[in-house]
Amino acid sequence: MLEIRNAVKVFEKGTPVEHTALNHLNLSLQDGEFVTVIGSNGAGKTTLFNAVCGTFLLNAGRIFLDGQDITYMPEHKRASMIGRVFQDPMKGTAPNMTIEENLSLAHSRSTARALSIAPGKKELGLFRDRLAEFNMGLENRMKTKVGLLSGGQRQAVTLLMCTIVPPKLLLLDEHTAALDPATAEKVMEITRSTVENYHLTTMMITHNITQALTTGTRTIMMDEGDILFDMSGTERERTSVDDLMRMYSVSRHKELDNDRMLLEK
Amino acid sequence: MKLLIDSLQLGFLYGVLALGIYISFRILAVPDLTTEGSFAFGLSVSAAVTSLGHPLLALPAAMLAGAAAGAVTGFLQTRWKIHPILSGIITMSGLYSVNLSVLGGSPNLTLVRANTVFKMVPFLSKNDAKTVLPVVFALAALAAVIWFFHTHIGMCIRAVGDNEDMVRASSIHTGFCKVIAFCVSNGLIALSGALVAQYQGYADISSSTGILVVGLASVIIGEALFGRRSVTLGFISSVAGSLIYRYIIALATRYSPLPAHMLRLVSAVIVALALALPALREHVETARLRKGGGQDA
Ligand SMILES: Nc1ncnc2c1ncn2[C@@H]1O[C@H](COP(=O)(O)OP(=O)(O)O)[C@@H](O)[C@H]1O
Ligand SMILES: [Mg+2]
Repeated sequence: MLEIRNAVKVFEKGTPVEHTALNHLNLSLQDGEFVTVIGSNGAGKTTLFNAVCGTFLLNAGRIFLDGQDITYMPEHKRASMIGRVFQDPMKGTAPNMTIEENLSLAHSRSTARALSIAPGKKELGLFRDRLAEFNMGLENRMKTKVGLLSGGQRQAVTLLMCTIVPPKLLLLDEHTAALDPATAEKVMEITRSTVENYHLTTMMITHNITQALTTGTRTIMMDEGDILFDMSGTERERTSVDDLMRMYSVSRHKELDNDRMLLEK
Repeated sequence: MKLLIDSLQLGFLYGVLALGIYISFRILAVPDLTTEGSFAFGLSVSAAVTSLGHPLLALPAAMLAGAAAGAVTGFLQTRWKIHPILSGIITMSGLYSVNLSVLGGSPNLTLVRANTVFKMVPFLSKNDAKTVLPVVFALAALAAVIWFFHTHIGMCIRAVGDNEDMVRASSIHTGFCKVIAFCVSNGLIALSGALVAQYQGYADISSSTGILVVGLASVIIGEALFGRRSVTLGFISSVAGSLIYRYIIALATRYSPLPAHMLRLVSAVIVALALALPALREHVETARLRKGGGQDA
């Protein structure tokens, strides 16, 4: 589904602060795979997502999505195939527009005629049903401005906006990190069920190693712009958080330097 | 009574302007300085076409002219990445020459002998038409913008003004949305100018000076009364604000010792005070808390 070949991204090239954020990285995702991504701060996880979304172009390498070469496709064209949820709940929604208007923006981007009234009656029914699946009561607040919602509610709306037209690829960048633990768990729960119900090919960055090993079907660890470990199946099932930490320090001769990660093992 | 009716007529004519200003100022959240140019552009095109004997054709022609001006500003801003305020100033400056050319090289043109839309309404005298037509045009424009900003494209424009980063990361083209918004906004502003020219029976380019502040005052007065709850309400309150603004101005000229040429200064002060209101409120609140805190301690 997604294939990244030999991706290189160098920031501030030719300056004293030159930094290689993606270092000849290769990655191939099968249809329907749910990959969790871990790695210390600055490992290049977000950069990888940005490269796939077209926030910038690669210095070298190629990216294919569903067989199509998207290496040089502009960001807004890729956006119709890729759903993305950020850590910051403010980022994914328009605060002064209502829940149903936000959802309609996301839903009708693929189908709507420019001058049809949005959202239409059929759309409203769909939005209500999908929101009801979250069990957060949002289906009764569709005319509420999104800016009045809590962070968790906003992330739920964002998640629905990204998946209401099933994308070819769903990218989640620490999308529960800014939420309190109970809310984070709730948003994780609806993430799991959405990915499962709609068979979405997904990559999720998380700083919670336990969560990384128990969610999805495959886990990769990134370091210094490349993939350090890539595990799935029984190998992954047998790996504990401690194993992972040990593997990291053996291979890199240093401790995993993510405070948040250590705290949450 | 005369004062009331005059204010009503002007209030609705400039209400169309207020709708255009609301689009740039509140929906896109950038004050658009193209306004002075596009208002004068509408005024000039309307006067020129009217004097050629086509007062009806003059209105869509003026709207197109205004939309074109808006497109230029939008282009400068989104394609050439020129600062929003500067883009508007550049278009406005350029339009000054264009407007003079449209009026045949002079800054004004009289329409006394020309036929205008206000003389064309069946069963209505010119004086009655001057009351009825502004109401009709303003309400039609109001209905049109309310509809437009609830369509898919209108919603995309609102989202661009609300959270541009989000829209940029979605498959909606932000630049295109902005250009469309500037076209609609300046088209309305030009229509307002076009109607004013025919209503007054002359076009004078200098009458567009400070027109942005007039529009802003209307929008802000409207919001002071109705709050900022939705776009629909925002549009309605802008027209209402325009009516109230005209009434205040009429009273000010009638009963205050200020001469007529001080009007724009009065408008500027009204706008500055209205925009300062949140800061003033905060100041009062802080002062109140300080005092209260002192008592508790
Ligand atoms: N736009 C940018 N310009 C310069 N450096 C950047 C930029 N984006 C990321 N980097 C650098 O690239 C490295 C990887 O960052 P990132 O992908 O955000 O890490 P993380 O794995 O924590 O998400 C960091 O050292 C960061 O400072
Ligand atoms: Mg990151």
